[in-house]
Amino acid sequence: MDGDHACCEGALAAGCRFVAGYPITPSTAVVERFARRIPRVGGVFIQMEDELASSIAIQGAVWAGKKAMTVTSGPGYSLMMEHIGLAVMTECPCVFVNVQRGGPSTGLPTLPGQADMMQARWGSHGDYEIIALCPDSPQECFDFMIDAFNLSEQYRVPVMFMMDECIGHMIEKVTIPEADKIDVTPRNYTKLPPDQYLPFKPAENMVPEMVKAGDGYRIHVTGLTHDYRGYPVMSADCQEELVHRLVNKINRNEEKIRHIIATDIEDADVVVIAYGITARVAVDAIALARKQGVKVGLLRLVVVWPFPEAVIRDLANKGKALVMAEMNYGQIYYEVERCAQGKVPVLLAGHGGGDVHKTEAIAEKIVEANKCLS
Amino acid sequence: MSAGSQDTKRKIKLTLPEEEIMSPGHVACLGCGASLGMRYALKALGHKTMMAIPACCWAVIDGPFPYSAAGVPIHHSAFETAASTAAGMTHALSQLGQDDVTTMAWAGDGGTFDIGLQALSGAAERNDNLIYVVYDNEAYMNTGIQRSSSTPHGAWTTTTPVNHYRKGQKKNIMEIMVAHRIPYAATANVAFPEDFIRKLQKAKEIKGMKFIHLYAPCPTGWKHATDKTIEIAKLATQTNTFPIYEVENGVYKINRKIKNPKPVAEYLQYQGRFRHLSDDEVAYIQSEVDKNWERLLKLEQAFGEE
Repeated sequence: MDGDHACCEGALAAGCRFVAGYPITPSTAVVERFARRIPRVGGVFIQMEDELASSIAIQGAVWAGKKAMTVTSGPGYSLMMEHIGLAVMTECPCVFVNVQRGGPSTGLPTLPGQADMMQARWGSHGDYEIIALCPDSPQECFDFMIDAFNLSEQYRVPVMFMMDECIGHMIEKVTIPEADKIDVTPRNYTKLPPDQYLPFKPAENMVPEMVKAGDGYRIHVTGLTHDYRGYPVMSADCQEELVHRLVNKINRNEEKIRHIIATDIEDADVVVIAYGITARVAVDAIALARKQGVKVGLLRLVVVWPFPEAVIRDLANKGKALVMAEMNYGQIYYEVERCAQGKVPVLLAGHGGGDVHKTEAIAEKIVEANKCLS
Repeated sequence: MSAGSQDTKRKIKLTLPEEEIMSPGHVACLGCGASLGMRYALKALGHKTMMAIPACCWAVIDGPFPYSAAGVPIHHSAFETAASTAAGMTHALSQLGQDDVTTMAWAGDGGTFDIGLQALSGAAERNDNLIYVVYDNEAYMNTGIQRSSSTPHGAWTTTTPVNHYRKGQKKNIMEIMVAHRIPYAATANVAFPEDFIRKLQKAKEIKGMKFIHLYAPCPTGWKHATDKTIEIAKLATQTNTFPIYEVENGVYKINRKIKNPKPVAEYLQYQGRFRHLSDDEVAYIQSEVDKNWERLLKLEQAFGEE
């Protein structure tokens, strides 16, 4: 099956039973599959009137007690930004899938891009942190969609599932395990009685417990700055406490959320950092550069946000030159450069999207980075 | 007999403006109703026309610039913004003193009934001086046949698969627009170009917001033979499925009253998207068509010409 279909199956396996979506290439196949599949498992797919509606309908479904997601691509993702901010503020666990295409604006509807990575992080206004995952195969679309839902429940945060057109339309074998072998995180509903429960009082992991509509709890959920009760409080003190926690419940758990796949980096002089489809091209580029005698390894970022700063710092401290390969002109690159703190050369193998990298383009950067070391 | 002989020269009376502004070589599918619609619209409005086209089939049909087929300036805008883009254009043209230029927003049913409704409502409420044409092919065809709120009851689409086909009537966009009290709203059908062109020419002379709901079959999405476009479009009106009427300053006028309307089944039968329907469903669709027609007749009785 292709990545779009695997994404749908992964969501179903993770327990998602409500999907709101709107047609947009190259993500449409996801909702088309949901339209056929989700009624069979007792779920609901609604085709909404636009992406604004899709991105908020899922939050209604979450507060009513279901796991929910929406899926879109560039222009639709832009429309969803306000509601991503709302999901952050109300700590609404849900998943936003973005099958990235070339942008800005209409861009390249049928061709790949990886240029929505910064938008995924901070596209909505205000200060916050989210979690973003990048699969590089249909199998990973299945597997990591489950991770995406689990992380959204663990941290009560909207999780961005950042596919790209190549991964979405790529057809590969996908193995779906038996249901009892799939690890699904249930929603963390409170055990406290209504008179003791505070909807936004954080537990030890900085994440508050949830309730759902109809359980007899009287709560208030708002996009306004709020206290533990969820009541609006217009003060700098309350803002500081709340936003500080929203940011740090992700940042301070970065190590736990971290998902990187390192290949041959121990003895490497140069490390290529990549995510999504570009990580697959990087594998060929690394083989090419190794033939030319460069000791080079690959660091694949599955979780891109929160950014694994410590890992990059460690590579820089060990003196490894870094090559960031991504389908944009430097979104994660500047993160890498920031973490390298000028200790090692950091090179960008980037382009504007529309096609995967040429293997040689990444290989050349590897060789160049190696030369910078000597 | 010589070719120029006065006696034998047959005079052909053309019922449509002769000049072709839209050129051949566009990239629409075979049998596309929307491309016919544009051809007629430009014949009616002439060269001094500027268009706003959002994401829709026509954003593609025109062809990649410089190979564009429309022959007049187009502003390609975001999905939800046909009416807002056109509003900006018409206000700027007015400031520039170019009141002889017609501004037309040209959008599909998804970009009008769904995502573009807010922008459309805003332009209507402000009574911005533009013509808004929705070419209605009853689904998101450009992304590959997903249902819209214009998809009729019973229709298959990829997001309303056969087991879960679309239930419920399509949104009545005309009543929504009439409720905005705009000076002119009309339905038209690509099978009746004289009527469509007359309406556009009338709209061109009216200041303020004009809305035309154009019925435009889509062989690709409706699963019908590409040479049946006109026949199916005609049947839509001959069965009262898509009545042809106009509302000018609140006054209703049905332009085509069918003496003996054909059964709706005749209209449905040519289209693969309705193939799964049971006789009961077809009877239900017939009853809804009859009800809607009765309602329209009553509106004309109540709010028609004195």
